[in-house]
Amino acid sequence: MSTPTPRQIPDRLASPLARRLKSWEALLLAVAIAIFIANSIASPYFLDPWNLSDASFNFTEKAMIAFAMAMLIIAGDIDLSVASIIALCSTVMGVAMMAGAPVWVLVGLGLGTGLLCGAFNGLLVAGMGLPSIVVTIGTMSLFRGISYIVLGDGAFTGYPSDFSWFGQGYVWWVFSVELALFAALAVMFGLLLHGTSFGRTVYAIGNNATAARFSGIRVDRVRFILFLLTGVMSGLAAVCLTSRLGSTRPSIATGFELEVVTMVVLGGVNILGGSGSIPGVVIAALVMGLVTFGLGLLNVPGIVMSIIVGLLLIGVIALPRLWAMWRK
Amino acid sequence: MQAQSASGTTPVLSLRGISKSFPGVRALNGVQLDLYPGQVTALIGENGAGKSTIVKILTGIYQPDEGTITVGGQDLRFPTAQAASDAGVTAIHQETVLFDELTVAENIFIGHAPRGRFGLIDTRRMEAEAARLLASIGADLSPKARLRDLGIASRHLVAIARALSVDARVVIMDEPTAALSHKEIHELYELVETLKAQGKAILFISHKFDEIFRIADRWTVFRDGQFIEDGTMAEVNEARLVQLMVGRSVDQIYPKRPSQIGKPVLTVAGYSHPTEFEDIGFTLHEGEILGFYGLVGAGRSEVMQALFGITKPSRGACRIAGQVQVIRTTAEAVEAGIVYVPEDRGRQGAVKGMPIFQNVTLPSLHRTSRAGFLRLSEEFALARDYTQRLDLRAASLDQDVGLLSGGNQQKVVIAKWLATRPRVIILDEPTKGIDIGSKAAVHDFMSELAAQGLAVIMVSSEIPEVLGMSDRVIVMREGRIAAEFAGDDMTPENLVRAAVGIEEAA
Repeated sequence: MSTPTPRQIPDRLASPLARRLKSWEALLLAVAIAIFIANSIASPYFLDPWNLSDASFNFTEKAMIAFAMAMLIIAGDIDLSVASIIALCSTVMGVAMMAGAPVWVLVGLGLGTGLLCGAFNGLLVAGMGLPSIVVTIGTMSLFRGISYIVLGDGAFTGYPSDFSWFGQGYVWWVFSVELALFAALAVMFGLLLHGTSFGRTVYAIGNNATAARFSGIRVDRVRFILFLLTGVMSGLAAVCLTSRLGSTRPSIATGFELEVVTMVVLGGVNILGGSGSIPGVVIAALVMGLVTFGLGLLNVPGIVMSIIVGLLLIGVIALPRLWAMWRK
Repeated sequence: MQAQSASGTTPVLSLRGISKSFPGVRALNGVQLDLYPGQVTALIGENGAGKSTIVKILTGIYQPDEGTITVGGQDLRFPTAQAASDAGVTAIHQETVLFDELTVAENIFIGHAPRGRFGLIDTRRMEAEAARLLASIGADLSPKARLRDLGIASRHLVAIARALSVDARVVIMDEPTAALSHKEIHELYELVETLKAQGKAILFISHKFDEIFRIADRWTVFRDGQFIEDGTMAEVNEARLVQLMVGRSVDQIYPKRPSQIGKPVLTVAGYSHPTEFEDIGFTLHEGEILGFYGLVGAGRSEVMQALFGITKPSRGACRIAGQVQVIRTTAEAVEAGIVYVPEDRGRQGAVKGMPIFQNVTLPSLHRTSRAGFLRLSEEFALARDYTQRLDLRAASLDQDVGLLSGGNQQKVVIAKWLATRPRVIILDEPTKGIDIGSKAAVHDFMSELAAQGLAVIMVSSEIPEVLGMSDRVIVMREGRIAAEFAGDDMTPENLVRAAVGIEEAA
């Protein structure tokens, strides 16, 4: 402690590659590969490219929201109203469709409604300082409630055939429009969270919002933007899902919010905020898609599937801790 | 030194050969420590010397890798905090964990509340005992008050009462006076005398030498995780202790260099806040270090936080480099060139959980990125530059800030602000609770900054620091500016009189 000259501090001790190999994402990827191999042994239909392509619809819409949700949770907030935003967006699109609006208007309304819903959540949370979990449980009932008032027991059907491109179209060979959107958004959100100064402030807020504010960061503005982003992504998911189903019912996308949060947490995002990554969420989306698809091929009923997904989540989360306890 | 009871010659608690390692660090290396009944033993050492680790071992939070703990002649292990408490070891921590939503009495008795019928907590008895405990330490607090309504000094008294609520043989006081005002410190000294008279062994950890010489009977010095020497206070002097602590002699503690005081940079006029401060006005110049002295709660931090955009003043204006500025957010303050190093490092200063370099570049991301995209090489370059200027001690720039010692965390926070190239830097209790080595580095650097023409505001409750570092001193009392001193008027007597409100003897 007595050298007077400043000493050289190295930038890093471990190389980024070494750290990546020991990461959560690496473990998750191993799980994904194991499930892939198990599935291909268990069912002869699994490796068919068209079957795999169909299976991707299990996760693409949820994953779009999960990317934005991951950033929101890393910043220390959560949005439980995403599935209800889908219902409201889809309802607005349905009303416009009945009035004869063209496809681009439908898409614009879907995204715009999502943006407004996100702005409403953001205003209450970041603007007024209310806790996000309470606010979005409230708007979860509110947004879907509006859909029920508009639709009652009914449904909007008869979307124009051009509109079906989003949920049923293919870009090239077996690659669907949704899968392409999933890939493009994965790259965009990966860059946004890991490569921009905006992403860095998201981590800072999640780790210590007070210190972030004391570092000159506009904390509430960042949180508001994250709610907007989650709203828009829910709107996009609404466009894809409505297009794929070809109809709007008020019960559309029921339970999506829990699957989205599961995907995010499975992807290694700390539910308390501060850490997590987009690659992790991408792999988690694939894992969840593979599990549901594999079990579907084996004719496992839906209720059993949700039990298995739940156990998978708890198992993967508990694994590192059990490992540490066992080694002690 | 006063006469000790007969048992005063054999230690009630002895540590021998205690070692503790963490990944990459050997925090303690075969240290020893003896605590005698009815005596105060001061544990002295720089931050990183192993003081906090030994406290955690004594309170059962950490397990030593090797070594023995002997209490009252018995070899004991403290596998849990409860075991340490059962053995009669209790601690008043630097940052004691208290519960905001509980009452004073509930905080004091949490974990060992008196039980009534059916095993329910006997609130009446608990509050009565809490009142008795509080009275015994001279604390004027209601046992029913909610903790969140109390100030930092009152919280400290609650923490002390809590430590005494178990029947303790050994009381550890870890920087107990760090947050207290003068009056409260004297009350604490009286409390220590009371505890001594009751035959309790006290381990006293402090950076303040005047304090140590005032109340300690014995001393033990650690350096870099090793036991250096121990003895009685009667046979040692300040210079010797400093020499043992740092392993070299420290001749000049306050390296204030004369600097060229230039144009006004910041002019504040009529700044007021509904509850915290009233009619604050001053002018700060280039190259100047302006000290703000006052008792805890005088409103100094509140004024500084208003200048930094944390709170909004209800009235008043400020002018930066000649231009009137309205500062509503911290981002606007940083843009205007005002930065603030907060007193509460743990919550407001460093973003723990994030690496050093990311902490340093956090307010400068617009400079280290292009079109919003981060450029890591520039981030590392900026962080390397400023952390080395402050002589930061760290394993790597990628290390979590939360793993650094308090003094080094403070250097990271200061580096973060200097990297923004500010006009005005406000340092709120910049050396509170940090070791002498880091303290000197911070002082040295402040002096250098002022010499380079930066305007510095230093809020401090330590008179030697205020007098040693400032060109001018403003004293605040009860939210108002009580007095301003410069040159030969800057004496300890003047500062204290103004702070407590004693008028000059007529």
